[in-house]
Amino acid sequence: MILFDSISAKEQSSFAIRKVIEMIEIDANLIKAMLRNGKRIDNRKSDEYREISIKPEIVQQAEGSAEVRLGNTHVVAGIKMSIGTPYSDSIDKGVMSVSAEFVPFASPEFDSGPPSEESIELARVVDRAIRESKMVAFEKLCIKENEHVWMVNIDIDILSDDGNLIDAASLAAAAALMTAKMPKLEMINDKPVASKEERADRIPLTGIAVTTTFVKIGNVIVADPGLTEISAMDARLSIGTLDGKLCSMQKGGSVGLTVEEIEQMADMALEKGDELRKELEKLVLN
Amino acid sequence: MEQMDDRRERKIVIPGDFLGTGRPGHGTYAESGQVFSKCVGLAEERSGLHIVIPLSGVYNPKKGDGVIGRIEEVIFSKWIVDINSPYQAALTLSDATEEFVDLTKTDLTRIFEPGELVFAEILSVSNSKQINLSMRSRKCRKLRGGRLINVTPSKVPRIIGRSGSMVEMIKNNTGTQIVVGQNGLVWVKGEGEDLATEAILTIEEKSHMHGLTDFIKNMLESSPKRVESAEFDLEKEKQRGQPSEMLDEEFVQEEVDDK
Amino acid sequence: MKEEIKLIKNNKRIDGRKFTDLRPLEAKVGVLKRADGSAYFRIGNTIAIAGVMGPRKVHPKHMEKADRAILRTEYRMAPFSTWERSRPGPNRRAHEISMVTRKALEPVIFLEEFPKTAINVYIEILQADASTRCAGINAAALALADAGIPMKDLVSSCSAGIIEGQIVLDIAGQEDCHGELDFPIAYYPKKKHITLLQMDGIATNEQFKKILHLAVSGAEKIYEEQKKALRQKYQAELNQ
Repeated sequence: MILFDSISAKEQSSFAIRKVIEMIEIDANLIKAMLRNGKRIDNRKSDEYREISIKPEIVQQAEGSAEVRLGNTHVVAGIKMSIGTPYSDSIDKGVMSVSAEFVPFASPEFDSGPPSEESIELARVVDRAIRESKMVAFEKLCIKENEHVWMVNIDIDILSDDGNLIDAASLAAAAALMTAKMPKLEMINDKPVASKEERADRIPLTGIAVTTTFVKIGNVIVADPGLTEISAMDARLSIGTLDGKLCSMQKGGSVGLTVEEIEQMADMALEKGDELRKELEKLVLN
Repeated sequence: MEQMDDRRERKIVIPGDFLGTGRPGHGTYAESGQVFSKCVGLAEERSGLHIVIPLSGVYNPKKGDGVIGRIEEVIFSKWIVDINSPYQAALTLSDATEEFVDLTKTDLTRIFEPGELVFAEILSVSNSKQINLSMRSRKCRKLRGGRLINVTPSKVPRIIGRSGSMVEMIKNNTGTQIVVGQNGLVWVKGEGEDLATEAILTIEEKSHMHGLTDFIKNMLESSPKRVESAEFDLEKEKQRGQPSEMLDEEFVQEEVDDK
Repeated sequence: MKEEIKLIKNNKRIDGRKFTDLRPLEAKVGVLKRADGSAYFRIGNTIAIAGVMGPRKVHPKHMEKADRAILRTEYRMAPFSTWERSRPGPNRRAHEISMVTRKALEPVIFLEEFPKTAINVYIEILQADASTRCAGINAAALALADAGIPMKDLVSSCSAGIIEGQIVLDIAGQEDCHGELDFPIAYYPKKKHITLLQMDGIATNEQFKKILHLAVSGAEKIYEEQKKALRQKYQAELNQ
């Protein structure tokens, strides 16, 4: 089972560090004080991401899937495809929907019930990075104009929330899209039907969109915030990029950002986005 | 009599308006040595202290305010009182009366029953907005009969007038008893209730009009509903425990003097 | 084949505006009798009404905070606000907009002055012609001030974007569905802080920076109109 690999020695040591961290009860003030001295709680550089692991094709029943770990943040994305009718305002394009759900053990703060604001925002931010970057060639997912198109349903399961779900989920969605195989199209009584067993082509993509998230804590900006950093953050900005361009943004947190801070984050996003894209290409296409 | 309405330079300010350097008072905030308004209101400056008298908003209880409350329920040895604010207030038995009451023998609803109105003083407001009332002052009492008028709390000082001048004028022309709570509730009882109500609602509507006192005076004196209260005697009222004194300056905190 | 829509002709936009023009706008304060504070904000054909209730007791009680008020925002589109009837009730888009609206407004409100209470802000979009979340925030900021909620400043919101390769202010109508990029922001003018920022569409870093500055300049213009509307209501009372 890929999902529940035994914890490696390295992970165990980070586990131990985490325990200590929990025991000394990190509060926002400590994080802020450390950052003022140029130090992050886990010794990362301000623009450094946690260790990333991406494992594609982990769920056989799904057309596409990927598991992503970003430090101890752990998500799985799955893609199911079906045939449906297009929206009236885009009769010649495939349809995509993204949902995200916290699995109850993802965090002790989890409250069951209708989807939380946080999971709704997560799904919509992931959705927009994919949609706005035009990474999926939706016009090629049209089977018959105005009648039949492919529907791409991306579901994200959050297994463990240790901060920065947005980047992890967007990496998982991208990896799943890159490795998915569409069901074979069959015609039954002149109607297109998606084969249950046979798979055919890959989903037509034009590029790889990734999302990079930055938070402002006091006057410091850091990339890939962990959970403790998120608890101390003033503001957050998630930025989707594709091939040296910016394609989507979402601000979070209850403090404002200055124009200069936003500009700085945009510059960082383009740089870090390229790094993440290379990770994706390397891991997925091998 | 008239100065409170007129002449004073009153400036309408809105949140974020710069008021000057100096000290931040009620309705303002300071940021790096500068004072700004934090609400829509009238700005005033007095020897470096900036205040803004808000023109809208719910009643936020302050210690020492006289308020009209409605008894909601009795819990153990206290009453829970609705004071027309986001916060409920509590009136304990010992703050309600000086007399000894044997809890084992007395049903507290015989003192104050749910639904009844009282005029009470705010004894304390804790940081977490636990509010305690007291009725031990002579001004405080149960309000029986009459009618209750709901006005914007920020307009209460206008209804009272300087040193109670406005409310006295209404009383004298309508033969009514009037109790004004800082929490925006006004209780009126007597022959000329209708005219008194009309006058109070007019003040609320035109609270910042120049020459308001004259306007109201004229309105009362020319009304066919006017009731001459020849028998009105302030001293007698006081002896009867009527709350005329509640109009003292201590209850009129925001109505600052002219000079 | 679908008809091609030209969004720009002779350096003018489809509604006749220049690239950096706002649509005509109108703001009114105190439009609802039963709300503690209210405002109407129209920009072009987008109309938002905001009503504030509170501070008041929190229901359910477990949501109350001992040291401050909670701000609740609810953005809703009237079913008749769009050409095609929109299904009533909050969908995921409305949920998200409610949330980003709350975060856009929170930085200016002195929540600590009313612990254990809720300040409820309801935004109803009566007519939707793009940039509805901006109109909603502009109305909400005015409604909060009208309700006497202590605030550091107003919040002003404006969108910018790219249509047919051109950077423009205040996306409207056809530009929303056919434009390349939509970029709404909310702005806390005193502090020069951006309290809402979303971007949908592709931009180079250079374009992005231009759009950001343009959106801020739009918000600053809207701020002036908001202040005027707020003063007007109370000045009118004073002048009676």
